[in-house]
Formats: sequence, structure tokens, C-alpha cells
Amino acid sequence: MKLVVCLKQVPATTAEKRYTADFRLDRRSAEAVINPLDEYAIEQALRLQEAGAVDTIGYLSMGPEQASEALRRALAMGGDEATLVTDDALAGADVWVTARVLAAALDKLAPDVALMGMASDDARGSLIPGAVAAIRGVPLLSYGSELRIDGDVARIRRLTATGHDVLEAPMPLVASVTDQVGEPRYASLKGIMAAKRKPLDTWSLADLGLASEELASRSRVIEVRPPPAKAATERIENVSADEAAVKLADWLAARKLL
Amino acid sequence: MTYRLTPEHDELRAVVRELAEERIAPRAAEIDESREFPWDLKDLLARQDLLGTCFEERYGGTALDGIGQSIVAEEIARADATTSLIPIVQKLGSLPITLAGSEEQKSRYIPRLASGEWLVAFGLTEAAAGSDVASNRMRARRDGGGYRLNGSKRFITHGSIANLVTVFALTDPEAGGRRGMSAFIVETAAPGFSAPRVEHKMGIRGSPTAELHFDDVLVPEENRLGDEGDGFKIAMATLDRSRLGIAAQAVGIAQGALDAAVAYAADRTQFGQRVVDFQGIQFMLADMASQTEAARQLTYAAAAIVDAGAADLPYWTSSAKLIAGDTAMRVTTDAVQVLGGYGYISEYPVERMMRDAKITQLYEGTQQIQRLVIARQLLRRAGVSRGTPAAAGSPP
Repeated sequence: MKLVVCLKQVPATTAEKRYTADFRLDRRSAEAVINPLDEYAIEQALRLQEAGAVDTIGYLSMGPEQASEALRRALAMGGDEATLVTDDALAGADVWVTARVLAAALDKLAPDVALMGMASDDARGSLIPGAVAAIRGVPLLSYGSELRIDGDVARIRRLTATGHDVLEAPMPLVASVTDQVGEPRYASLKGIMAAKRKPLDTWSLADLGLASEELASRSRVIEVRPPPAKAATERIENVSADEAAVKLADWLAARKLL
Repeated sequence: MTYRLTPEHDELRAVVRELAEERIAPRAAEIDESREFPWDLKDLLARQDLLGTCFEERYGGTALDGIGQSIVAEEIARADATTSLIPIVQKLGSLPITLAGSEEQKSRYIPRLASGEWLVAFGLTEAAAGSDVASNRMRARRDGGGYRLNGSKRFITHGSIANLVTVFALTDPEAGGRRGMSAFIVETAAPGFSAPRVEHKMGIRGSPTAELHFDDVLVPEENRLGDEGDGFKIAMATLDRSRLGIAAQAVGIAQGALDAAVAYAADRTQFGQRVVDFQGIQFMLADMASQTEAARQLTYAAAAIVDAGAADLPYWTSSAKLIAGDTAMRVTTDAVQVLGGYGYISEYPVERMMRDAKITQLYEGTQQIQRLVIARQLLRRAGVSRGTPAAAGSPP
């Protein structure tokens, strides 16, 4: 039973982000981490391996060369091998191109389960799991709070407003999990040391039999702008409690909240 | 002596810092308040292989170099000094075994220490024998195939929670502490061992500092470290190396206080501007930062010198401990000053850091003892030392 976790290297949420002239993230400007939502997929995979349900865990990422750091970090948490797809032609790839490339890489890696986080922390499109499943023509089990493997079917629990659903599909398939699977572990010191000796392959588009001409992005970023600034906080300070209560009531009344 | 930080050191720092910020720092105030040993954090550090950094891989350790071990202690101490003592004392207590133990002794005990399954303490100090180690009175009498230990130890960090204590006791009282003391590995489950009391301390409150009683504790001969009479030598060789852990802890405490002071000063507004924009505050922060950096680099240099096995390593480790301990005290005191009234209350971490810092000037040799060690090396280098050691006895 082979499982491949797809992961993305993203700028840390706390990092200040800068953009290039064509509205792409300047990756040199920000500290890069494993997409935090992908860490839950890693944790889920490692738990399945510890339970004996998965034999081999691989990691797959598409990104610039520095994304190999994220793969090394994942290997330090556990798992067996990693593959980075990197190619100059992929800079600025959109959802469509990314999904095509990941699908081609998964065809080559041939896992029983391709597991993903529910979204990336930077783009938050949540489209990749569905797109990859569609391109590969395999089932999709999305937004699982838990993934289980039972014989040749995989099952997920998906939380709903009133409880949870259990969905199952035959493998191979694509699955995505949420932050409900359990806290991702920290890499241990021995894990970090062992990760340096685990295989990490780098593939180009040519290795996947893809030509850069077929991979033109279909979407275009027109503009990037920061979220609108919030109005300044109004503070009621240095007044008596009675006075503060009146001011607070006036403020709420003025906004028809009282 | 040159040393260089590697990408592996940077990675180690990032990993330990993440763990310390997310899991240890949020517990620090509560540990201080409750005075309870953080067993959960002990388990966490064990799970992350951070209690075995000083042990060889064949015993289950990760065999980090001295700088790597310093980084681990420093980054944990930056969040919480009490928790940083867990790896630091694991090394202190085991150094007698590492330095003087037989292969059989090492393979029997080190794996359990490297995994963190067992904790170990260092049992040297007695109520009447602190700096003056040679005046130790605890006895070890021959009894058949082993020894009977009788007496008390005091100020033993982790003494009440350790599974193992390396204990120093007189096998030949006539010969005195310097030549008549021997070192033993004592399992605390042995009948006659007890830890009846822990101290109430100014700082590092979650780290139990215990009084140990030995009432006819039987220790088999195979648990003696080295030969009879080697005890003093083993104790000194241990402290010459272990005090680097305290230097690293002190650097971490100082860095934690500096970071807290910068964050506070950037947030606090007085007289219509951020406190951090006042030059008077900037000068204080600059002094705190440069002194902390100097202490850190001296600690790393000393660590590299210990790794290289230099003959004058006590000169370096004592210098690092002296400078780092004084720096921690000064920087944490200044951090309280930067925070003003808020620095003096337990709502902010710097008053705890200031209380924690004080111990780094006291344990594993007071700052005065460090000066004696440094001076003795200095005189030796200059070729002006007396034939016999200084009148102050033989300081740790």
C-alpha cells in the first residue's frame, strides 16, 4: 500500500509578503514553511503507516528548488521518499497547470492514495484535490476528518452540520483531509538526521513527458492588493465606570445595536 | 581556536525554538507558580530526542557536538529555565559515567538516559561542603562484594525525581576528600535511599532541588566508577564540562528577557511615542543585546574547545559560565527596568527570568569559584603558579 502526500511550500502566515511586477509572490522575501494544512495530511499518513495500513509514504511537491526544504522537513517528520517537480517553465503556474503536473507526477509514482491538505495557506483555492482527481479519472474523497484504509477501499469521515458522513471509494484515489485529523507531530532530532539520508528526487517537465507549450496558465492575476484597513479602534479610557457605561451605550445606540 | 556555526546548527535552533515557543513558553508561568516538575515537557523532550544529545549513537543518543548541545539548552531556557534543566542535568548527572564508566556500566545505564526513560542526578554537594568539595563527609564502607553508603547530600537538582544518582562518598576518610573519595552509580530504588525534602527556591521553581539521605544503601562493586579514590578527579572533570550547560542556560535566559523587553518597548506608548523610540531605552536594549551575544559566542567557543579536548578547557568553560551568568543577571534586571512596573509583576515573564537568572551565578560553582579556576589556569600559563593549588582548596 503506497500513499503519496502532496504538499506545498508557502510563505509563513506571519511573514511580510512582497510581490513581483507581474503579481507573483517574491518567494525570497518571506520565510517558507510547509503549508500548515498539508501538515495534517502528513500526520494522517504517518498514523496510517504506524497502524500498518500503509507500507510506503512518499511526498510530492511542485515548486521552485527551495521547495526541497519543505520536502526534507516532511521527511524529518517521517515517511520514506520525496519527489520535487521543478522547472523554470512552471513559474506562476495556475490551478490548471499545477493540477496537470501533479497528476502526471502521480501517474508516474502510482500511489494507491494521493493525500492532500484541504487548502493551501496562501492561495486558499481548495481546487487542487478535485482537479487532480478529475484529470487522473480517479475518485475523490474530500474534506475528511479521518482517512482509513480497509482492503482495497478507502474511507473518510466528513463532518457535517448534524454529524458526519462516511464516504468510501475504491483505490487508487485522491483524498483530502482537514485539520480535524489530529495535531501534526514535531520532527524529532533523529528524524531530522534520518531525513538527510532519505531519497529526494527532482523531476523536470521533460521527466514527466510534458511539454511547456501544453502548460500555459489559463488564469491571469490582474491585481494584488492588501485587505482593506480596519477602522481605528475606538477606546474608552481614563473615565469613571459610570461615564464609560454611558459612552459605550451611546456608541452602540448610534449604530442601532441597542 | 576557531568555530563555525553550520546549517545543521541553524536548523537545530529553528526546530528547538519552534517547539519551545509553541509548547514550553506557554507553560513557563504555570510551572513557576505551581512549583511542579513538568513531566509532560520531560516526555515531549524525550520524544523529540532532545534528552540524548550528549550521548553516543550506539547508546541511543544523537551525539550532537558541544555547540549543538548549547543551542538546545539555550533555546529551551529562552522559554523556560526550569525546563532547560531537564537536558542540562541529564548531562551533568551522566558525565561521571561518560567520563569514567566502563563499557559495561555505559551500556547498562546510558540507553535509558538517552531515551529519557530514566532521569539522572549529580550527587556531590553536602550541607557543609559546597564550594569546598574536598570537605565532603558522606561515607562508603566496604561490605562484602559492594559498599554501604551512609550520609546526606543537599541541593541535588532532580534528586527527588531521578532514577539514578551519581554519588560521591569517602571510601578512605583518612585520605580526605581529595584522595579518599570515590564515585558510585546509585539506583534510587535501592533500599535506604530517600529524598525527604525539596527546597523552596527563588527561581527555577519547577525543578526539584532535593536533600538526599542514604541509610545503609547497598551499592554493588560494579557500580563504582573508576578506582577507589578517583571520586574527586571525576567530580572536577565533570564540572569542568557540565558548567557549559549553565552558560548556555544563562544565555538563553538573557535572550528571552531581551526579546520580551524589545517586544514590550515596541508596544508601549508613553509621552505620545513608543517607548522603544526613546534613545535611553535603545541604549539599554543595545547593551543587553551585545552582552548576550558576547556571552553566547564565548559559550560556543568554549564548547568547541571542550570538543577538541584542550588541556586548558576549564579556563574556557569557567570564563563562559562567569560571563554568561553575570550577563543573564544583568540583562534580566534591565529587562525588568524596561518594562517598569509591569516588569515587576508576574503578568509578564521578566520577573521570573530575573529570579531564574540568579541561580546561574550560584550553581555548578559560584562565580567566585569560576574566578579561582580561571586564575589558576592564568597563573599556570604565565608560569607563575605555586607548586600546590591555591589556598582556597580545589574549587569545582
